[in-house]
Amino acid sequence: MSEKILMKGNEAIAEAAIAAGCRHYFGYPITPQTEVAAYMAKKMPKIGGTFLQAESEIAAINMVYGVSSTGKRVMTSSSSPGISLKGEGLSYLAGADLPALVVNVQRGGPGLGGIQPSQSDYFQATRGAGHGDFHMIVLAPNSVQEMAQLTVKGFELADTYRMTAMILADGTLGQMMEPISLDFDIAPAPAKPWATTGTKMERPHNIVNSLFLKPEELEKHNFLRYDRYRTIEENEVMYEEYMMEDAEICVAAFGIASRVSKNAINEARKQGIKVGMIRPITLWPFPKAPFMKAAEKVKAILSVELSMGQMIEDVKLACECKVPVTLCNRVGGMIPSPDQVLKAICDLQK
Amino acid sequence: MVVFDKPHALADVPLHYCPGCTHGIVHRLVAEVLDELGIEGKAIGVAPVGCSVMAYDYFNCDMIEAAHGRAPAVATGVKRADPDEHIVFTYQGDGDLASIGMAETVHAAARNENITIIFINNAIYGMTGGQMAPTSLPNQVTQTSPYGRDVKACGFPIRVCELLSELDGPEYLERVTVNNVKNIRNAKKAIKKAFQNQIDKKGFSLIEVLSSCPTNWGMTPQKALEWIDEKMIPYYPLGVYKDRSAKEEK
Amino acid sequence: MAKLVFKTDFCKGCGLCVDACPKKLIRLSPDKINMKGHHPAEITDQEACVGCAFCAQMCPDCVIKVER
Repeated sequence: MSEKILMKGNEAIAEAAIAAGCRHYFGYPITPQTEVAAYMAKKMPKIGGTFLQAESEIAAINMVYGVSSTGKRVMTSSSSPGISLKGEGLSYLAGADLPALVVNVQRGGPGLGGIQPSQSDYFQATRGAGHGDFHMIVLAPNSVQEMAQLTVKGFELADTYRMTAMILADGTLGQMMEPISLDFDIAPAPAKPWATTGTKMERPHNIVNSLFLKPEELEKHNFLRYDRYRTIEENEVMYEEYMMEDAEICVAAFGIASRVSKNAINEARKQGIKVGMIRPITLWPFPKAPFMKAAEKVKAILSVELSMGQMIEDVKLACECKVPVTLCNRVGGMIPSPDQVLKAICDLQK
Repeated sequence: MVVFDKPHALADVPLHYCPGCTHGIVHRLVAEVLDELGIEGKAIGVAPVGCSVMAYDYFNCDMIEAAHGRAPAVATGVKRADPDEHIVFTYQGDGDLASIGMAETVHAAARNENITIIFINNAIYGMTGGQMAPTSLPNQVTQTSPYGRDVKACGFPIRVCELLSELDGPEYLERVTVNNVKNIRNAKKAIKKAFQNQIDKKGFSLIEVLSSCPTNWGMTPQKALEWIDEKMIPYYPLGVYKDRSAKEEK
Repeated sequence: MAKLVFKTDFCKGCGLCVDACPKKLIRLSPDKINMKGHHPAEITDQEACVGCAFCAQMCPDCVIKVER
């Protein structure tokens, strides 16, 4: 057991990225994720890496596209409005099958919204962060330790499947401090024979590209990409179950909402209510099977979210609406209290 | 003895450009320079969105297709990934570089990013069928300025070299054209210098090439080359707008 | 003596080489049509060509190879 260090969530992401071999970071200041950039600005020059404050979020994601084209591990981070700007680049990364790690430390929206925590970019992250048919692997940490671990995991998944992995955190996780271990198992990055690193006059040229003017070809590329997505759905789903063995009510919550929900569940158990939780760790691919299984024995599911109800749609799809699914939420930078969640659980028990 | 042939760095495939379009000449000049400097194997080109979007098929070096206007940002990433080994160039048109990608252009120049930019200014959007570009001349008739570019309503053309020359960042800025053999030779010299600057780690070099678009200008290829002399050069004078190293040597 | 070799099927018949030749030795073939459907460039008097390569310099499509 290695020693533990007290760190902010945003700093844990940066530290883990460096541990994973990322030596290129491009970003643009935005609250509440700026610590990632600040940490990289301090560290990268000392380890021969590149930190560059880009002129815009758009430029930053395209710098990521450039580094990724050469096969190196690279990342950017931002918060909700900035991720909207990166949408174009995320689509191009998907179209060109390039790996990258993108961090969204969410804040309230829409528009400029606020700077307090939110989970209202769930649809954006899981449905489509840009134009065209594509997915990103979406990882939802609920602790500073997981911010770090999932960052390492994100780089590995991105490389394996040649696509963007997104850390979908929120302002709370970014700003809060917890003791963490920085002892990671880092798998070596796979070979990238497709990378544009110069032909050295030894091979035909590589082309990184998302343009396919012949519809038959574009269709083929999309089908192939979705074949890969199916492999991910089969192999990479991550979730945590809490007290689900005898549960009659199931809470669905990710990220900071799962921390609040856990407190509420512990309190409800003291009152004799049989409640458990399924916490998706991958939001895409969504853990459908555990919800389907839960729907066979629980009488209701409560989706606890910092949004107007976004993940709830995936929960309903996963359990095919076999049991009622209700929402417990706060939005705009507000966080549900354990009491609010407890009351919602009690209401379902009635 | 062969005294003139297709350069090695240019792929042996037909180009999709319209008859008489000077994109092909500039492609060849870039490829000749890659050959002569022996850098094809280290070169990584970034293609834009616009007529030259498929430039990735035409150069034998590694190529990347960028989103519209973002080539300088992509090139920045590629260069920073391995500054000693990668020779990075972008090839962009006026809509790409001076309209949607102006921020990326200005900031790459301001950072003196050690890349080479080949900027094709033909005063029109070619690929989408001849709309007004940021470099379309006052009163120039295009599909989206059918009564001529009205500077009161849609502003004035942007002179990119002059604009960037006000920055402390860039190393080298030159405007050339390819409308006759003499000008083609000058253009090649400029492009070669722009790549040599990168090899010498001097920084950001941009070569603006006044080019013709016979199809969308509605002219014969020959008349289009004359139009560059008559209309474009008076508004966009040829010459070196910045050469920091030469200035410092003085 | 210079020799021009035309990659005829790459020619788009733009005629920039015709104007570039200082000795006016190139024309667009009045009777031939290439695979693209253009009247391709050809040399009318190979003997008179000095191999200055102006035509090849102006050609946007790398159609002309010049030997001397």
